[in-house]
Amino acid sequence: MSVPAGAGTAARDPGSPAGAGTAGSPGAAASPGAARVRRMRPWTPWAFLAPYLLLFAVFMVLPIGFGFWTSLHEWDINVPAKPFVGLSNYAELFDPSSVDGSRFWTAMKATGIFTVFSVPLLIVLPLLVALLMNGRFRGRNLYRAVYFAPYVLGVAVVGLLWRFLLDGNIGLVNHYLGLDVQWTTDLPWAWVALVGVTVWWTLGLNSVIFLAGLQDIPRELYEAAMVDGAGARHRFRSITLPGLRPVTLFVVNSTILASANMFGQSYLITVGAPADQTKTAIYLIAETGLRQFDMGTASAMSFVLAAFLMVASGLVFGAFRNRQAR
Amino acid sequence: MRTELRGLRRSLLHLVLAVIAALYVSPLVYMAVTSVKTREAAGSTTPQWIPHPATVGAYGEILGSTDFPAVTWFLNSLAAATGHAVLVLVTAAPAAYALARLDFRGRGVMFTVIVATLFVPPVVLLVPNFLIVNELAWVDSLPAVVVPAAAGAFGVFFLRQFFTALPGELEEAAELDGCNRWQTFTRVVLPLAKPALVTLFVLSFLSNWNDFLWPLFVLLSPESLTLPAGLGNFQSANNIRYDLLMAGAMIASVPVLLLYLVAQRWIIEGISRSGLKG
Repeated sequence: MSVPAGAGTAARDPGSPAGAGTAGSPGAAASPGAARVRRMRPWTPWAFLAPYLLLFAVFMVLPIGFGFWTSLHEWDINVPAKPFVGLSNYAELFDPSSVDGSRFWTAMKATGIFTVFSVPLLIVLPLLVALLMNGRFRGRNLYRAVYFAPYVLGVAVVGLLWRFLLDGNIGLVNHYLGLDVQWTTDLPWAWVALVGVTVWWTLGLNSVIFLAGLQDIPRELYEAAMVDGAGARHRFRSITLPGLRPVTLFVVNSTILASANMFGQSYLITVGAPADQTKTAIYLIAETGLRQFDMGTASAMSFVLAAFLMVASGLVFGAFRNRQAR
Repeated sequence: MRTELRGLRRSLLHLVLAVIAALYVSPLVYMAVTSVKTREAAGSTTPQWIPHPATVGAYGEILGSTDFPAVTWFLNSLAAATGHAVLVLVTAAPAAYALARLDFRGRGVMFTVIVATLFVPPVVLLVPNFLIVNELAWVDSLPAVVVPAAAGAFGVFFLRQFFTALPGELEEAAELDGCNRWQTFTRVVLPLAKPALVTLFVLSFLSNWNDFLWPLFVLLSPESLTLPAGLGNFQSANNIRYDLLMAGAMIASVPVLLLYLVAQRWIIEGISRSGLKG
């Protein structure tokens, strides 16, 4: 790249904040042109922001309010009258004897079961994989690429593939394990299948995040600990784990959110079977709102689920902060 | 003695990693193998890792099938993912530049508001965005799967980090040279930001190509579906034709696996770093 004339002026005055004007810098030529280029019209930043802000307003800010508004109405896209019903959509959800209430809490339970079983596996196994791969050895990048590969495929392919492999009659899984299990329709096997597939699919994602975190821990810390005679276990507990704390906070939080948003695996592998026991909250919300067009109820469901997710995030942040304070 | 022991441990580590890796990719290999089997072999109860006879019949069948307009779905996916990734770059890059490098009143507040939406659970947007898209008459058409997701804050956040870290000298030089802000942005800043722009493009492309829930519900007619949505619908109708389903899965996988091979470093770095560096 050619250096434009005048670069020397800027280089001599690197500390000047952008937009401070050239008047104060003695090196600048006192030509009116030089002063002009430093001034910015007040609307310039907004012109840069405008295209994004338009999208942001229409598909991010507006829907947050609009969704809540919808949840206060009996709202069907095909029915012109959309009567205001106050909080009754919510009241119905919190009445387990109502149709929507019982469906909703079955789905919330499914989401909860999946999250509780998948999250610990998706923290511990990826951490183990990352620790195995943290050393310097040949082929490390190949292994990293292999473990990460399923994640780039997307849930449609993953769900279809495992639906095939888990087929009770012709699936490879039953064949090689010598079992006769209906993975897609029987409990608790459907949960084992859904959690197992999800671990296979997303383990690589969390592994590379942990690996990035491990490589940010300064080597000198380990060297100093070795000089002091600290064993491998001690080094892990007093250097690796504390060093990984911010990464772990991120991984725990994002994995909980991803698990609580599980949809495709259920939709493609178990289709909610048996008896909607594996139909997750998102699955029910999408079906209620976007298939049956009961959008008021679906919106209310989504705000209740969102409240649960925010509480969960808050608890995770709180847990990590407390440990740090100690 | 010690080095021998270390050598042994090292080979053991390799062995363990190699075995796990082989098990790890075997489902993908079996998907590829099954896609070139006959209908009977694909439905056989004994696994067959080497298809005999090997046939591209399943591909031929879905490509010629009206139930599975694979070419149309493929082109829809390609157009949607490309359009989405371009839209993300075109809108996020200038916004990120303004937030990173231009001084203006309300900049801090603006950035805080945008970043705060990273914490909004996406489920909250599902129903209202469907209503908005419906109001815009975008249901069952490509804009519905191209535009709304570009409102996410990720791209702006990601690029702003990069722009903030750029040294200011070249920009100042360009301005002393008479460039206005837009020229500085397009001629100096964007070329410098190429690695970040490529990463964001690839990540946006992948996420759109693989998106499942939204297109499944917002695209309705067979000819407007993307590949994941098409596969999802197709499965419910063709439960037992695993040769066809695996061929369809291959058509959806091969482009992203190729992209992954080419851009692996960027994909992994981009994903592993994006959430962490604040």
